[in-house]
Amino acid sequence: MLKAVKALFQRDRRFLFGFIVIAVLFVGAVLAGFSPHDPRLWNVVPRDLPPSSKYWLGTNSMGQDVFWQALWAIRNSLVMGAIAVISSRIIAVAVGLLAGYRGGLMDRLLMTVTDSFVILPLLPILILITSIFKSRLSVTSLGIVLGIFGWAWDARVIRSQVLSLREREFTYTAVLSGMSTGKIIFREYMPYIFPLITATAMNNMLWAMGMEVTLAVLGLVSLEIPTLGTMIHWAVNSQAMLLGFWWWILTPVVLCVFIFLALYLLSLSINEFLDPRIRVQRLQGIKG
Amino acid sequence: MDVLRVEKLKAFYIMESAGEERAVKAVNDVSLTVRENEVLGIAGESGCGKSTLLKSLLGSIRPPLRHMGGRVTYLHRDREMDILSLPKEERQKLMWQHISYVPQGSLSVLNPVRRIGDTFRSFVGAHLDIQKDPDRFESLVRSHLQDLGLPVDTLKAYPHQLSGGMRQRVTIALATILKPRLILADEPSTALDVVVQRGVIQLLRDIQTEQHNTIVMVTHDMAIHANISDRVAIMYAGRIIEEAPVERIFAKPLHPYTQYLIGSLPRIGDKSYRLSAPGTPPSLADLPPGCAFHPRCPNAESICRREIPSLSLAGRDHRVACFLAAKEDADVGSSEALGSQ
Amino acid sequence: MAFLKRYLLPRIVQYLVVIFIGGTLIFIIPRLMPVDPVQQTLERITIQGAFLDPRAIEQIREALLELYGLKGSLTEQYITMWRRLLRGDFGPSYVQFPTPVMTLIRISLPWTVGLLVTTTVLSWIVGNILGGIAAYYSTRRWAQLMENIAMLIRPIPYYIIALALLLLLAYALPVFPVTGGFSIGRRFVLSWDLIVDILKHAFLPALSLVIVGIATWFMTMRLLVSNLLAEDYIVYAQIAGVQDGEILYNYAIRNAMLPQITGLTLSLGQIFGGALITETVFSYPGLGTLLYSSINTGDYNLMMGITLLSVVAIATGVLLMDLIYPFLDPRIRYE
Repeated sequence: MLKAVKALFQRDRRFLFGFIVIAVLFVGAVLAGFSPHDPRLWNVVPRDLPPSSKYWLGTNSMGQDVFWQALWAIRNSLVMGAIAVISSRIIAVAVGLLAGYRGGLMDRLLMTVTDSFVILPLLPILILITSIFKSRLSVTSLGIVLGIFGWAWDARVIRSQVLSLREREFTYTAVLSGMSTGKIIFREYMPYIFPLITATAMNNMLWAMGMEVTLAVLGLVSLEIPTLGTMIHWAVNSQAMLLGFWWWILTPVVLCVFIFLALYLLSLSINEFLDPRIRVQRLQGIKG
Repeated sequence: MDVLRVEKLKAFYIMESAGEERAVKAVNDVSLTVRENEVLGIAGESGCGKSTLLKSLLGSIRPPLRHMGGRVTYLHRDREMDILSLPKEERQKLMWQHISYVPQGSLSVLNPVRRIGDTFRSFVGAHLDIQKDPDRFESLVRSHLQDLGLPVDTLKAYPHQLSGGMRQRVTIALATILKPRLILADEPSTALDVVVQRGVIQLLRDIQTEQHNTIVMVTHDMAIHANISDRVAIMYAGRIIEEAPVERIFAKPLHPYTQYLIGSLPRIGDKSYRLSAPGTPPSLADLPPGCAFHPRCPNAESICRREIPSLSLAGRDHRVACFLAAKEDADVGSSEALGSQ
Repeated sequence: MAFLKRYLLPRIVQYLVVIFIGGTLIFIIPRLMPVDPVQQTLERITIQGAFLDPRAIEQIREALLELYGLKGSLTEQYITMWRRLLRGDFGPSYVQFPTPVMTLIRISLPWTVGLLVTTTVLSWIVGNILGGIAAYYSTRRWAQLMENIAMLIRPIPYYIIALALLLLLAYALPVFPVTGGFSIGRRFVLSWDLIVDILKHAFLPALSLVIVGIATWFMTMRLLVSNLLAEDYIVYAQIAGVQDGEILYNYAIRNAMLPQITGLTLSLGQIFGGALITETVFSYPGLGTLLYSSINTGDYNLMMGITLLSVVAIATGVLLMDLIYPFLDPRIRYE
C-alpha cells in the first residue's frame, strides 16, 4: 500500500499536483481556527479595501477579511464534502455488497432502486429540498443530504466488483470451510473493495462540492456560513465585479478551480493506477 | 530458399509495478529460418513466448512489449526487408498480400458491431482499390468463400452469430483472400472441439496445396504438428531449444523437454503410463541461471546450472540446445521414418 | 417474444420505478415545509385590500386546497397527485396565481430546448470526434496538448466559465449582448432580424456550455477509445494493414459510441432542469431562469412542476434510448 503511494508520487505528475493542492488547502483549513475574527460577523474590518500587507486578500463590502473568510470557506467546504463522501460511501458499500453477494431477487430489487437514483435528475430535487430547509441546513446536514443522493453510481461499481469476486476460488474455499458471511466480506473482499472506495470517493467529493457551490450561488444554503459557494454568492450578489472588487470574487473562483482540478486529477490518476482499463463514466459529472 | 530469417531476436515485456521495472523475457535470443513452401511448426507450453514470437514476426510490437534487439528479415521480390525497422506504410503494403495472419478465432477478434462482409471490405480495401470496381470485389469474396466451402450468407452475419469453428474459418478466409506467400497462424484450432479442429486444420492444408504458401503454425498441440508441419521448432522459456524435421522430432527427440512433450502424447495400442515433465515452467520474469530447463531436468549436470546452451547441429537438419544431448548423439544422417502418430 | 420478456419488460418496469420514486420524493419533500401555501395566498389576497367576509374566505380556502392538491388525508392527496400528473396538470403557480404552472413552463421551454439541445448535441459531436482522434494518436504532441487542455477545463463548473466569459466578452470586449434572450422592446414578428437577434443573445450562454461540454465528452471518449485500442479486433485490423482512418472510425469510434449515446440521452434529459446558473447569469428567459425565480419567490408548485417534468422527461428519454439501442448494437438484437 505504502509502496503503491510512493510509486504514484514518482510516476504521475497529476497525482503530485493534486496531492500538493489538497495538502496546502488542508493546512489552510486547519489554520482557519486561528482566525482573529468570527467569520459570521460583519464590519470587523474596514470595507472594500484592495489586497495589502495588512489584509492579504483585501476586504469585502460586508467588512470581512477575504483571506480569513477564504480559509473558513475551504474548511467548511472540505468538511461538507467529506461528510457527503463518507455518508454516500456507507450507503454505496452496503447496497453494493448486499446486492452483489446475495444476488437473485435482492440484487434485482436493489439495482432497480440504484438505477433509478442514477437516472433521477438530482439538481432539481436537491433544489426542492434545500429551498425548503434553506438557512436551517448546517454544513453537516447539507453533507448528509448530498450523501443520501450521491451513492448510486458507486454502488453499481462496487456491486460488479463483488460479483466478480464471488466467482473466485477463495470464496468457495471460504464458504466450504464454514467462514461466516460477515467474515468473508470483511476479511476476503475488503482488500479488493477498498481501492474502489478510494477511487470513487474523489469523484464523489468533486460532485458534492460542485453541487454545494451551485446551491449556494442560488442562495439555497445557510448564507452566513462561509463556504466556497456562499463566498461566490455574496460577491456576485453585491456586484463585486461591476464595482471592481476583483479580489473578492476572484478568491473563491480561483480556489474552486484549483480544488476541482486537484480532485479531478487525483481521481484520474488513482483510477488509472488501479486499473488502466477501468471505465470511469461519471456521466453527470459536476453538472448533474 | 529462405523466405523469412530471424536473427537473435529479443522482445521483452517491460512491466512496471509498484515503481519497479521488470522485464518479462518472452522472446529471448531467437534465431530461425523459414523455407519456401514449408509448414514450420512452433510448439511449446502456454506462456513459453510462442505467441509473442509470432507478434514480433508480424512487426506488431507495442507497449508493454519492446523490441530489445535482433532482426526479422523477409525476402519479398528479391528484396530483403527488416519488418521491425520498416516504415509503417511499407509494412502495411507488405501485409496481407505477402504476409498474412490467422489469429485465434475467438469472439474478441472480430469487430462486434460490423457484419463479416464489412470486415472483408475493410481488409481487402486496404490493399486493393475496391471503390473503382465494387462488383469485382463482391465476386472475389464470394468465389473465395465458395472455394473454402463457406456459405456466402456468412457475409451478412455478425461475429457473435457464428460458431467458434465458423469464426475460425472466417479468419482463415480473411487471411488467404489475397493469396499471400506466407501465412502466420497463432493457435488456430485451440478453442475448438476435436472434430471442428480437424476440419480447420484440413482447410489450412487444402489452401496450402492450392496456393503453395508457406505457413508458420504456432500451437501447443503436438498432434497438430504431426499432422501438418514439415519442420517443428520447440520453444521453452523464450528460447528455441530444438528444431528438426517433423519425423525426426517424433522419432528421435534429443532435448529432455522435447522427450517429455512427445512422451506425453497418447499412442494407439500403447497402454503404458505417460510421463510429463515434473514441475512447472519458470516465470519469464525470473529465469533460473544457466539452462532454463535444468530445475525440471532429470539429468542436469553442473554445467547446466551455469551456462546457457546454444542451438547446435546434432544431425541432418536437426539442432538442439542441450549440453547432454549434443554429447551423446553421434547418430548423424540416419533416416528413421517411424510413423509419427 | 423472449426478447420482449427478457429485454423490454425490465426496462419498462425500470421506467415506472423511476417515475414512482421521483414522484413520491417530490410529494413528500414539500410536505415537510414549515409554511402553509394556502395561508400564504390568502394573506396576499387580504393584503391587496379586498374586504372579504369570513364565509367567502372559507370558500376560497376550500378552493385553494383543492387547487393545490392539499385536500383530504395524505393518501388522498397522494392519489390526487398521480391523477393530476397523468393529465399533465401541475396546478396553479402560487405567485402568479392563478396561471397554471404548465403555461409558465410552456412559455420558457422553447428557449431552453433551443439553447440546450443545440449546445449538447454540438459538444457531443465535436467532443467525441476530437476525443476519439486524440486517443488514437495519443503519442502525438498535438493530441497530448488537446488532452491537457480538456483535462484543465473538464472539472471547472460550467457557471464559472459562464462568469469568466461574461466578464471577458461582455464588459471588457463588448461584442455580444450580455443579457436576455432578445433585444428589449423588439416585436415578435418572424423576420431575419429577429433570428439574428436571438442567435446573438444566445451566443455567450451557448459558448460557455459548449466549452465545458466538449471537454467533458472529450475526456470520456478518450478513455473509452484508449481502452478499446488494446482490443483484439483492433490489433488484428492494424496487423492486416487497414488504414488508420478506417480503424479509427469503423472500429474504435463505432464501438465507443454505444456508451456515449446512453450518456447523450441522460444529458438531454437534464435539459428540463435547465442550465440553471448559465441562464441566470445571462438572464436568458428559459426554464432555468423560471426555476430560479420560483426559488426566489418560494413558488413551490412551480418548482415541483419543473422537477416532476424533468423526472418524466429523463425517464422517458432513457426508455426511448433503450428501445433504440438494439438497432445500434447487433449483439443485443440477435441473441
